[in-house]
Amino acid sequence: MPLKEAEDQIRLLDERLSKTEDREERQAILDEKNRILKDAYENLTSYDRVYLARKPTRPGVRDYIKNIFSEFYELHGDRLMRDDPAVIGGIASLDGIAVTVIGHCKGKNLEENIKCNFGMPNPEGYRKALRLMKQAEKFNRPIITFIDTPGAYPGIESEEHGQGEAIARNLLEMGSLQVPIISIVIGEGGSGGALAMSVADRIWMLENAVYSILSPEGFASILWKDASRAREAAELMKLTSFDLYQMGIADRLFAEPKGGLNQNSRSIYQRLKTALKAELEQLAKLNKRTLIEQRYKKYRRIGDCSPK
Amino acid sequence: MISLFKERRQKLTLFKSSRQKNIQHRISVPEGLYTRCPGCKQDFISEQVAANYYVCPGCGYHMRLTAQGRIKLIADKGSMRELNAGLITRENLDFPGYSEKLASLEAQTGLKEAVVTGVCSIDGISTVIGVMDSRFLMGSMGSVVGEKITRAVEYATKRRLPIVIFTASGGARMQEGIISLMQMAKTSNALARHSQAGLLYISVMTHPTTGGVTASFASLGDIILAEPGALIGFAGPRVIEQTIRQKLPEGFQRAEFLLEHGFLDMIVERQNLKSTLGSLLRLHSPSAILNRKKGGG
Ligand SMILES: [Zn+2]
Repeated sequence: MPLKEAEDQIRLLDERLSKTEDREERQAILDEKNRILKDAYENLTSYDRVYLARKPTRPGVRDYIKNIFSEFYELHGDRLMRDDPAVIGGIASLDGIAVTVIGHCKGKNLEENIKCNFGMPNPEGYRKALRLMKQAEKFNRPIITFIDTPGAYPGIESEEHGQGEAIARNLLEMGSLQVPIISIVIGEGGSGGALAMSVADRIWMLENAVYSILSPEGFASILWKDASRAREAAELMKLTSFDLYQMGIADRLFAEPKGGLNQNSRSIYQRLKTALKAELEQLAKLNKRTLIEQRYKKYRRIGDCSPK
Repeated sequence: MISLFKERRQKLTLFKSSRQKNIQHRISVPEGLYTRCPGCKQDFISEQVAANYYVCPGCGYHMRLTAQGRIKLIADKGSMRELNAGLITRENLDFPGYSEKLASLEAQTGLKEAVVTGVCSIDGISTVIGVMDSRFLMGSMGSVVGEKITRAVEYATKRRLPIVIFTASGGARMQEGIISLMQMAKTSNALARHSQAGLLYISVMTHPTTGGVTASFASLGDIILAEPGALIGFAGPRVIEQTIRQKLPEGFQRAEFLLEHGFLDMIVERQNLKSTLGSLLRLHSPSAILNRKKGGG
């Protein structure tokens, strides 16, 4: 049973539970709940992971910033046009080490989502990210990006302002930045909109995060002219963290509790913090040239097609 | 600018209506003898269209060129030497029917992939070129296209040559999933090194150039040219219409629109493309560069 349906059933069972005092009936309901959850969590499909990656109750970039870093000063604007609320960034302290943190910003409810455009940046968002990355390079600060976006926004203004150029520019520039870059896919890694902030020395993924060329809905509608076949598409697309790890694109995965992360998940922050500190220590040992050379090679080897 | 286009459009409409009359009696023509222009929907003698570089003799519509046709148009005669023609797709998604599709496209088009790369001379100047062909899976970029572009750029960097890439693409290739997406980073990183070496990259956007190709190497030229009327954008028009639930304005995402918004340097008609490229290449050749005193201060 798809996880979403399982969760709907759990909700109904919880309602029944709240209406009965009968001990035997309560036990039966609890057993049923456990059976459904166990079954659902043990057989997560790729589309279930897409569902978990998109869940609004999942921690967002602001939760990670608040819980991993001791200080954070948000900086605004691309100095060209405006401030894009779909991307947030600024200077933070990782146990005393100054870092630049940038991430896609999704809302937890409709009102917040309208404000941050559901985490879909316009060109101004990518240009703000690039400005902050260049600033990080100037002051020798490592860059940490949190990836969580359905993709770059497809609209009239975003095209007028050069969405394609903005993404392309980030890809080109990020490849040569002389400071360490670590990207963490915390939810949805959607298309070029995610890539434009994740050309990095290390790509980490949370267990239920996904990273793909396009949303499964978009994929299905392009290839089969039928967006409702998204579930099927997700299985084909190899978009889970395990798939990405196997393909050598994700370098490290972080386990999540059963049923995915929620607002009560605390251990993820400490685990990420420890990992970030250790990884930055390692990356700091590389001179600038080696760092950039290794980053170049990381992407250079993806898509080998020499004749056998 | 806009009024100029309007005026031109009006003239064209007038011209078209006068043309229509001459054509009407040729309702059934043998296939191949005539070519229908996708712009004005009129039929022209195929030979005449070919002689005009596949630009409509009636309305000036730039029809799609095959990679071979483009090379013939741009490279000095006999100068093209293809590079990395033998690269092959190693399937990584096991997408059903994909390898069969590649095989049938090869049989149909004579192309092994959606881009041909090589080194040639243009008006006597040695240049690396990449030419995309939209007949091959909409010119989409999978591992082979990404690898061929990357190798071409690296070849140019190593030999200190300029590179010209003609794009025609629907974007990253769905059938190869995330691997296709990563080609955007790979090609862009290679171009960064070419640029840091002080070398010239000219991007020529032809119809259509969208998605992951627009969002990577197509947009990174030192100089960006486009053919008239070419559709150029990140998101496809249909996706945008579905997202914003309204019709797009006329001329949206056309080359003229991009020029107006500052994302193109020039729109060049096909008949002038080779001479324009030749001149630009010459202006960047060592002999054209002012000799300055070496060293600091
Ligand atoms: Zn025509």
